[in-house]
Formats: sequence, structure tokens, C-alpha cells
Amino acid sequence: MAVRARNVSKLLSKVINGVPKGQIRQLSAEPAEIESRPDFRTTCTMIPGDGVGPELMYSVQEVFKAAGVPVDFEAYFFSEVNPTLSAPLEKVAESISRNRVCLKGILATPDYSHTGELQTLNMKLRNALDLYANVVHVKSLEGVKLRHSGIDCVIIREQTEGEYSALEHEGVKGVVECLKIVTAKKSQRIAKFAFDYATKNGRKRVTAVHKANIMKLGDGLFLRSCEEIAKLYPKIEFEKMIVDNCTMQMVSNPQQFDVMVTPNLYGNIVDNLASGLVGGAGVVAGASYSANCVVFEPGARHTYSEAVGKNVANPTAMLLCAAKMLRHVNLPRYGDMIRSAIEKVLKDGKVKTKDVGGQSTTQQFTYAVINNLDIPKA
Amino acid sequence: MRLFGHLRNAKSHSDTFWNKLSNFFSNVTETDTNLKHSAQSLGNRLFSSESRKCTLIPGHGIGPEISAAVQKIFAAANVPIEWESVDVTPVKGPDGKFGIPQAAIDSVNRNKIGLKGPLMTPVGKGYRSLNLALRKEFNLYANVRPCRSLEGFKTLYDEVDVVTIRENTEGEYSGIEHEIVDGVVQSIKLITEEASRRVAEFAFQYAIDNKRKKVTAVHKANIMRMSDGLFLRCCREMAKKYPDVKFEERYLDTVCLNMVQDPTQYDVLVMPNLYGDILSDMCAGLIGGLGLTPSGNIGLNGALFESVHGTAPDIAGQDKANPTALLLSAVMMLRYMGLNEHAAKIEKACFDTIREAKHLTGDLGGKSKCSEFTNAICEKVTAA
Repeated sequence: MAVRARNVSKLLSKVINGVPKGQIRQLSAEPAEIESRPDFRTTCTMIPGDGVGPELMYSVQEVFKAAGVPVDFEAYFFSEVNPTLSAPLEKVAESISRNRVCLKGILATPDYSHTGELQTLNMKLRNALDLYANVVHVKSLEGVKLRHSGIDCVIIREQTEGEYSALEHEGVKGVVECLKIVTAKKSQRIAKFAFDYATKNGRKRVTAVHKANIMKLGDGLFLRSCEEIAKLYPKIEFEKMIVDNCTMQMVSNPQQFDVMVTPNLYGNIVDNLASGLVGGAGVVAGASYSANCVVFEPGARHTYSEAVGKNVANPTAMLLCAAKMLRHVNLPRYGDMIRSAIEKVLKDGKVKTKDVGGQSTTQQFTYAVINNLDIPKA
Repeated sequence: MRLFGHLRNAKSHSDTFWNKLSNFFSNVTETDTNLKHSAQSLGNRLFSSESRKCTLIPGHGIGPEISAAVQKIFAAANVPIEWESVDVTPVKGPDGKFGIPQAAIDSVNRNKIGLKGPLMTPVGKGYRSLNLALRKEFNLYANVRPCRSLEGFKTLYDEVDVVTIRENTEGEYSGIEHEIVDGVVQSIKLITEEASRRVAEFAFQYAIDNKRKKVTAVHKANIMRMSDGLFLRCCREMAKKYPDVKFEERYLDTVCLNMVQDPTQYDVLVMPNLYGDILSDMCAGLIGGLGLTPSGNIGLNGALFESVHGTAPDIAGQDKANPTALLLSAVMMLRYMGLNEHAAKIEKACFDTIREAKHLTGDLGGKSKCSEFTNAICEKVTAA
């Protein structure tokens, strides 16, 4: 029902934008039919990002082309380190809120902004679209040999407040105050998101990560909000864990975690830690949700700028993001096709990029995925 | 900025806030005057053949057992140290507040060095964390935790050899928080140039003293551009004064990601309070938990070495606890005092005992008692 409602609104917005009215007949069509119809195409915003982002996007486009995915990209170059070339925030935000879905590379965030601003472009985009929930599903991949196996956890991170509020000032020279903001409203919102996610995906337990023993008010509020929401979901187990203990448990016994809900900074830490356990920044996909749109981006945010142009980056994370995106826009057949092709390539282990212990290039990996696409005969 | 402005107007909140803040500043200036003195004393350590007094805080739970074990091993190794055991169970002071007994404070102030077992902080009993109180009392500004893989105790990560150095007096742990309106809390992370420079200097000096090659500043200056930016700047300035030590800057998330993939790429890590708390525990996790990691707190008014694990009330008094963390902390203490020979002897005996795996305690997968483990080390020490 929700999917259909989304289609309706998407079509309506297309009509407003001057798309031929003939397409309205698709309103009554079943999703499967829509997919098979060649003239029905989905538009999606694309932000290649900095570092190896453009190379990875190229890989995604190659795979999409080979699989015949009916998706058109609306690409914007968006960057903080390259402000003169960057598209304006308003335009990008408008495009994402219109398309409601976006595939995004990683934006580099320099230590200094050329205008002296404290907010990074990433923060601005998240705030403009209110992308409050970042979901990273960390799962051990077959064929990537590592210390731990059988990891399967979901990290849900609040990403519009907390330490990332960009409120800092130097009251006296040499003394800087940095504000961390925690609100009941946003804490409850993310907690509810986490429990809803757990319910929808058949997960058993939600772990709230905090440091309320030190930040009694701030993290205390977050924790209290989670406790309140937990009461509304009696079927899902609720657990609390202090962030330092959580990182220690994560490196020694990561299999114990199921769904984790965290404030902003701790989420960043746990995301990266967990990604490291399953193979690094090149293999973990993530997504940021607002009430209206979704931005799919790799789970561990590293631009890998030292590898630019060397054709060595691992496109797995970005391809998995794209596969997830296809599921989201109701093209699950294509999504699953790409996903199983990636899994097959990793499992065969013949074509591996450098970060997971191989010698292959980005391009070779991409072609290997394409060769493994199980395209149905027409 | 805007929120801060509101704050100034909200009278009821602002009073307590400014009081706290000004307290903090006065502390900072106080410590500043001591800084020069401490910086000088960092380098030269005390060499003495005479017996030196050392304060011992056995602590709660398993604390007394493991402290006794350490004392026994030290006696076997003929370490020229005289222990002065004190109790830090809070007493009601003249101001009506519970706090550390004056005798304990005097002892540490007199001896300038102490060893501490785990302390329990009961929740909601009217006094704050004893660890925090001790830290404040002795101005313990740097927390040092070497994490090294133990031979013989197999974990998933081999060849871990990192030292985390954590700023211990400010940052996220400033304790300045308030609820501006219902449901909106702001916590203040305070970074000062003095404290940042002090810990950076300590890190580089530590690297030189312990023949380490590289210092990595861990930060998040891409997000907290001013506060972590200040910390980073202090580290960079200090790096110029120590050209022999390699210096690099890494984002906290990058360190987390790389640490679990390849821990060998890091050496000495220096960072603000919260990051240090998280990373030091994570590194402990890499080598097998807090039962094996020593820890030292270096301050202006002395140094306190401690085991950072809990009090383990469930096995207290049953002769089951593992004294390794406290013993290795005591070894760190010996090194700090310049008693390197004794330190090396005890450390070797401890590592050998663990490698032989004949007398391991339950947490390391053995069946031995604390006393058997202790005796095994004592035998090795005496034989050496």
C-alpha cells in the first residue's frame, strides 16, 4: 500500500513537472508489470562524492547498464573540498527531495573550512533533508577471510544532533567549548526508528549505546528516551551498554550484537569498528533515512583519496548500496540480481581487490560482477 | 552560538553554569603554574638504592587479594619499596560531604606515588566516583595504557603493541551539563590549550623515554573544528619540538577501522578524554580484556598506577582473581621510579608464567587459584 502511495505521489510530481500524462495509466498496474515495462523508469539523484567516489559510481553505472536497470541518474557534483565546482546545496537537496532517493559517495570533510564555517557540507545536507537515521547493516561476507565470522548486526545512528551540532566557541583564548545537544524529541524518534526496524526485520534485541555514567544529563536523556520507547515494544529485548565496554565487546565477541541504537558520535565509532571487523570501508553499505527520502551511501565513510585514479578501490560497498536502493525503489529483482552477483564473485574469491587481500582492479571486479549477473532471458 | 546566547539569559541555569565554568578556569590557571615544574621533572627520574615509600590502595572486591599477590611478588624480588596501605572508603568530611579520608590524601601527597586496586562506586549513595575524586585530587592529567599481546594467551589479534595516552582532566568529562528547556540538554566539551599541550608533551616524552617511534594524534577535527582543532594544533606544535619522533594525525573513526584490521600500524596514540576512554578499552579488548592491561595516571602531584578492571564482587575472597593487571601496573610504577631492573625481572616472570600456561586463572582459561599463579611467579623471580 505504502509503495503504491509513493508511486502515486511520484507520478503526480512528474505530472506537475510536465511528464506526459499517458503514464498515469500505470497507477493501476501491479508492481511486477511496472518492472517489466521498459518505458517506466525511476529517477534517482546521484552524488559521486570525493576521493574514489566517481570511480565507484562509474562501476555502479556499468553494472546497471549491463543489467538493464530502468533507473536514470540525476548526477550532481557536490563537494566541500572543491567548492567552486560544487553544485549548490539547495539544488541538490531539492533534487533529492523530489526523487526521494539518492545514491551518494563520501564527501571529504576538511579540518578547516575555507569560509571559517563550523558546519560541514555533510551536516548541512543531513539537516536540510532531516536525514536523522543512519542504518548500517554489518554482515560477514562469505569469501572475505577475517578474524571474526558470523557477524550480523545493524547499527542505527542518530545523525542530526549530539556532538555534530557545530556549536563551538573560544570564550577565552586557548579555551574552547564545544556543545553537544541532546533532545528528548530526537532521541525518542531514533529509538522508535530502531524498534520499528527491529520489528519489521524480525530482529530480537536492541542495544542502546551510551555514556550516561559520565554525561548524566545528555546521554541520560538519550537513554531514558530509549527506555520509554522500549516499553512500547514488549516483544523486543532491550539492553543498555556503555560505549567503551561496547567497543571492547565488539572486538572480542561481535556476534552478540543485534540491533544497536546510538547517538551521533558513538554511532560513528561503532560503525567504523564493525566495518573493520567484516573487511573495511570498501564492503559495507549503509543508508540514511528521513521521513520522506533515503540516501544510500557506504557505511564507513572514508574517501580513500590516496587511491584516486589508481583503479584499486573496492566497489563492493557502493554496489551493495545500489542493490539496496533498487529494493527500496521497488525493483527488487534487479537488486537481488546484483547482490547475488557480488556475493558470487566474493565467494569464488578469484577476483579480489587489494583491500580484501587480492590483486584485482576496480574494473576487473566490476566486470566480474557483470559476468555473474543472472540476467533472465527475454 | 545561538544556544549559548539563550543560556546567558536563562537566569536560573546560567548561575550554576557560570560558577562551574569559572571554577574550571581557576583550576586551569592553578595547574598552569605547576606545569613548568612538572615538565622538568618528567625527564629525570629518581634513582635511589634506598627503600622508598609507596602508597597502596588495595581497593574493594578482589582488590585486597590481588594487592596481596603483588606485595608477595615484590617481596620475593627484593624490590626496595615500603608499602603504606591506606583505605579510601569515603568518610564524612567537615563540610558534610562524603570524600576520601584525609589520611589517604596525605599519604599520596607525601609519597608522590601510589598503586591502586579496583574501587567500587555505589550508585546513588551521595558521593561521586572515587576514581574521579582521586584524579581531581592529584591532578592526574594523563592516563597511560600500554596494550601488548601476551605470548601464550591466544586471542584473535597478535602483535598488538600500542600505548594509549589519554587527556584525563577535561573534554567531554568536564561535567558541565544543563537542561536548557524541558527535553533539551546541552553538554559542554571543554578543550584548553594548556591541558592539550601538557598531554601532547607527555606523549612525546613518553615516546622518547620508552624508545617508541611514532605518536599518532587521534581527533575528530573535521567535525569539531574548533575544539579538536585546538587539540590537534597543540600536538602539531609539540611535534616540532620532538623531531626524532614521527608524528601523524588520524581521525578517530579511521583509527577504529584500522585498529581491528591491522593493529601493528599504530604505536603511541594521544587523544582527548572520551576518545581515550573508548580506544583504550577497545585496545584492551584486542589483547584479551581489562584483566591483562596495566594503567598509569601521571599527574602534577604524583602518579597513581592502577588496574582498570572491576571489583568482581562475585569471585571476591575466593582466591580466583587474576592479579596480572595490577602486577603489570606495579611494573609500570617501578619503571616510572627508575627501578628498571626489578621491573624487567618481574615482568619476565609474569609473562613466562602465562606463556607456560601451567598456572593460569579462570579468566585465561586455566584452573589455578590466584595464590598458585602468584607462587609460580614468585618462584621464577627468586630463581632469576
